[in-house]
Amino acid sequence: MTGQTASRRPLLETIWPVVPLIMALVLITIILMLVSQHSPLAVYGALWEGAFKDAGSTFNTLAFWIPLLLCATGLLVTFTAGLWNIGVEGQMIMGAIGASWVALKIAAPNPELSPLIIIPLEIIVAMAAGALWAGLAAVLKTRGGVHEIFGGVALNSLAIIATNYLISSPWQPPSGGSFHGTEEFTDNALMPVIGDTHFSLLAFALALIALGTVVMMLRGTHWGLELKALGKNPRAAFLLGVSSERQAVYAMMFCGALAGLAGAIRVVSWFGRMPQSVSGGIGFLAILIVLLAASRPLWTFIIAFVFSALLQGGAQVHLITQLHSSLSGIIQGMLVLFALLFGDFHRLFKPKTTEAPETGS
Amino acid sequence: MIDPQVINILASIVFLSAPLMLAIIGETITERVGVINLSLDGTMLLTAMAGFVVALETEKAMGLPADVPDTIPVLAGLVVAGIIGALVALLIAWGSISLKQDQVAIGFVLTLLLAEMANFIGQRYTNQRGPRIAHLPIPLLSEIPIIGPMLFDQDLLVYGTLILVAIVWWFMYRTQPGLQLRGIGERPESAFVRGVPVNRLRYLYTALGGFLVGLAGAAFSLDMKLGWSDNHIGGIGWIALAIVIFGGWHPVRGAFGALLYGITKAIANVLQQTYAGVPTVVFNAVQWLLMLGVLLLVGSEFTRKLIPLMPRPLQGPVARFLRIAPPQALGRTFGQES
Repeated sequence: MTGQTASRRPLLETIWPVVPLIMALVLITIILMLVSQHSPLAVYGALWEGAFKDAGSTFNTLAFWIPLLLCATGLLVTFTAGLWNIGVEGQMIMGAIGASWVALKIAAPNPELSPLIIIPLEIIVAMAAGALWAGLAAVLKTRGGVHEIFGGVALNSLAIIATNYLISSPWQPPSGGSFHGTEEFTDNALMPVIGDTHFSLLAFALALIALGTVVMMLRGTHWGLELKALGKNPRAAFLLGVSSERQAVYAMMFCGALAGLAGAIRVVSWFGRMPQSVSGGIGFLAILIVLLAASRPLWTFIIAFVFSALLQGGAQVHLITQLHSSLSGIIQGMLVLFALLFGDFHRLFKPKTTEAPETGS
Repeated sequence: MIDPQVINILASIVFLSAPLMLAIIGETITERVGVINLSLDGTMLLTAMAGFVVALETEKAMGLPADVPDTIPVLAGLVVAGIIGALVALLIAWGSISLKQDQVAIGFVLTLLLAEMANFIGQRYTNQRGPRIAHLPIPLLSEIPIIGPMLFDQDLLVYGTLILVAIVWWFMYRTQPGLQLRGIGERPESAFVRGVPVNRLRYLYTALGGFLVGLAGAAFSLDMKLGWSDNHIGGIGWIALAIVIFGGWHPVRGAFGALLYGITKAIANVLQQTYAGVPTVVFNAVQWLLMLGVLLLVGSEFTRKLIPLMPRPLQGPVARFLRIAPPQALGRTFGQES
């Protein structure tokens, strides 16, 4: 058998990662044919139209990309360290709350303050808030024995509750309207955007800088090496003198800071106020992106873009076909699930031969 | 005499804890054989939706009046929900045992995916009235003061859940197959050497646990929180997962954890009525703070350091209460060739 397939195998192996994705898309198409009166092509067309119909929607797809990219970049760090930072959603929300605090309490009463002061302040406060929230999850893990998944889930919910509390009581706009959000931010608190879209070049630049920094940090610095050691084999890392507790806290806080920045960008460039649902699942989506990309930066960059197009297009699907907007979430989840199950060619087809070198050495 | 209102609250605590208890028992069984089904939150949302929709459609097909307790539609809903729960669990077992992939990752993706699917499919069924499980007081026993209303003035689902807790405890700790069950999660290699088909039993118990989780989801939509809406019971699956840990992977302790959750909810409700000035969203925080609190209680070294400061008669029981350990092979796959 090996002789027969030896020449074909490399090709099949190279293209294999695409196969699970195609399987997922086929399955989704079948489901769509079953549940919707519209043809699957019409649904996919609506998705495409929603994401790239004109310059405005294309820019908004790009604008969605930025927070996804920032959260995913942060998650590259925590996944490298072997941590499941599910709390990225809450860290983003805390960042949004931090930036909103600056916008409402410092920028609004002082219209003479320039955006050149306010925007950096918003970013700093948001990053600090996100980092603190992530640090809390990390300390709960290292000192409290609470797994970061559970700490993250609880802190996510608490962050959402904090938003609801703020917009229904202390930050409620004078006009009332309890659950819709805060007042619009004043102009000096807003990031400059292109035209009437939500896309901010400054935010995009920040996201690219963050990704570049993380790639270089993981590849070329001692800290990156320590995190990798921690992720691959925590016990060995400990024996080599890597303080697993401290590294875990730093990695989480680093990710939290980027998530906080993403939250700030959401409120100061997308919404222009703090709405009830700041995140809309962007944090969770970022986790899916990094899982699908298997923590590879370039693929994270690309998949984040595809997912933001799906997210942006999902709203249009709802308008045209009346299908629930969770359709994009289903497509994204299916892609990742199939990739996780079937993406690993070696484990699927060569379970024993891969073990051999390890036992031999 | 005790205030009848207090007895009402006590009875409602048992009632409202039952589905959570079911889910906890299910997940306890699954984790005891070494598999983590992290998808609980999504699975329960999907099965809550599926159970309600199946029951509603069966009721319509049979031409029964809406919004009254019907046996057959409710049963159909529960069975379908259980089967879906078992299938999801089997998918995780297959991914981790046979395909050797990360079960936490698969479980997490399923959590999100199934929740989206529940909202997607259930879209046409939101805020509708449908069948529900019939209230069924047991004659004579329900007349007993305090215990009667709490334990014997409920419905079949609650009775079944309470009996199940006892059965699962008996099975796990008093029978030979139960010993095998625990062995598979602690030392799969030793169990395998003794002739226990480790992976086959892992599949079986993971599916069984998933079935109970599925029932739990439908129990919400057909009994405790009637009907369906977007994210109908979002979050409860995570609470269940946390209580499995707090319960030390023990079915009876897990069941008490569920009751503790019910008690906290009841207290929060009472406080909410007393302090009407405080925004209601604040009370939603209670369950998450409680979740962190109980995990800290059993997880942190700090609580163990407090033991010597306690009165001597308490030290033994408290130490035993806090000394919990996960099944040693939890989350670790077992390859028979290695």
